[in-house]
Amino acid sequence: MDDIQPTTDPVRPKAPLRSWFDVRGRSMSTLAFALNRLTAVGLTIYLFLHLSVLSLLVRGPESWDSFVALAKHPLFLLLDVVLLFGVVYHMANGIRVALVGMGVGHARHKTLFYVLVGIALVLFVVGAVLIFTG
Amino acid sequence: MVERDIDFKVFRYKQGGAAPAYQTFRVRCDENTTVLVALQDIRRDQDGTLIMRHSCHHASCGTCGMRINGREELGCVVKVFDLNTSTVVVEPMRNMPVISDLVVDMGPFYDRFNSAGMPLMRESEFLDEADVAEGLEAYMRCENCIECNLCVSACPIMGTDPTYLGPAALAAAWRVVEEPRGLDAKPLLDWVDSQNGCWRCHVAYECNEACPSGVFPGDKIMSLRRELTKRKFRRLFGR
Repeated sequence: MDDIQPTTDPVRPKAPLRSWFDVRGRSMSTLAFALNRLTAVGLTIYLFLHLSVLSLLVRGPESWDSFVALAKHPLFLLLDVVLLFGVVYHMANGIRVALVGMGVGHARHKTLFYVLVGIALVLFVVGAVLIFTG
Repeated sequence: MVERDIDFKVFRYKQGGAAPAYQTFRVRCDENTTVLVALQDIRRDQDGTLIMRHSCHHASCGTCGMRINGREELGCVVKVFDLNTSTVVVEPMRNMPVISDLVVDMGPFYDRFNSAGMPLMRESEFLDEADVAEGLEAYMRCENCIECNLCVSACPIMGTDPTYLGPAALAAAWRVVEEPRGLDAKPLLDWVDSQNGCWRCHVAYECNEACPSGVFPGDKIMSLRRELTKRKFRRLFGR
């Protein structure tokens, strides 16, 4: 592998972000790929935010209660809805990528995408309603 | 015959010269004008320094691969009027070093592709007089690879990792694994079973979309993975 000639181009350096997220003129599969990356980055950031919020518990009940009050604000609930979208999409597309990536159903990967993401969207809508009404 | 003036915004770069830039040329086109023909018109009538690769003019040789309005295409078969734009943006393929204007260095492509083992069959084997083994038609598609590099240009992972083997080489490797014709496929499977081999693919399938020959490299990469997964399971259970 080491003797493979790299594709490095000094005139046009690699630009991963553009390569991943420039979906202009691309197919549904690239859109799925880009959204998967985006939700992955978002969920990773959320994980650290979540841990830092949980650390409020060690500061006593007052700080936690004030956070809970903030968490009930409609704007905060809207962020929960965004988070829910990231979770259900990443989960559904992740199942597709795992299956296809092991050679299962790759000939019908687009159908698999529509079915799994369709299920995810139903879960998302139900979840979003529950976030605001539950 | 309807004729229209179309602007071509062309990527320009010369080694040792200024930084890359776009230059716009106006070309009189009719409904039969392809992008490659328009570029040749530019070279003949407006700027003889415009460099491009081409040969057959009918999608057989794979040398005129380029990005047209942001999509990987063979310039020889894309009719300008079919693009439905008054300005056509023409750029060299991505993910290979640019040499000059629309020409990229295909060295890294062939470095990978040849290592994978060249495809073994040709369509001539299916001539009436050929003695074709039963079921061989199923293996036709990968032989159609015209080594145009469009799949490599379209792949978002090639845009990240300079040592990724890429869809064309992996598809060629699968071709040999699938129908080895006496070759030992194990070294090839070991070659692609690596961080920069078939596991580096992130299933964007843009290679399938870009391929002008119906090779479907993305499917071939997944077939390699299936084979390797089976091999790992067998090894896990001592078989």
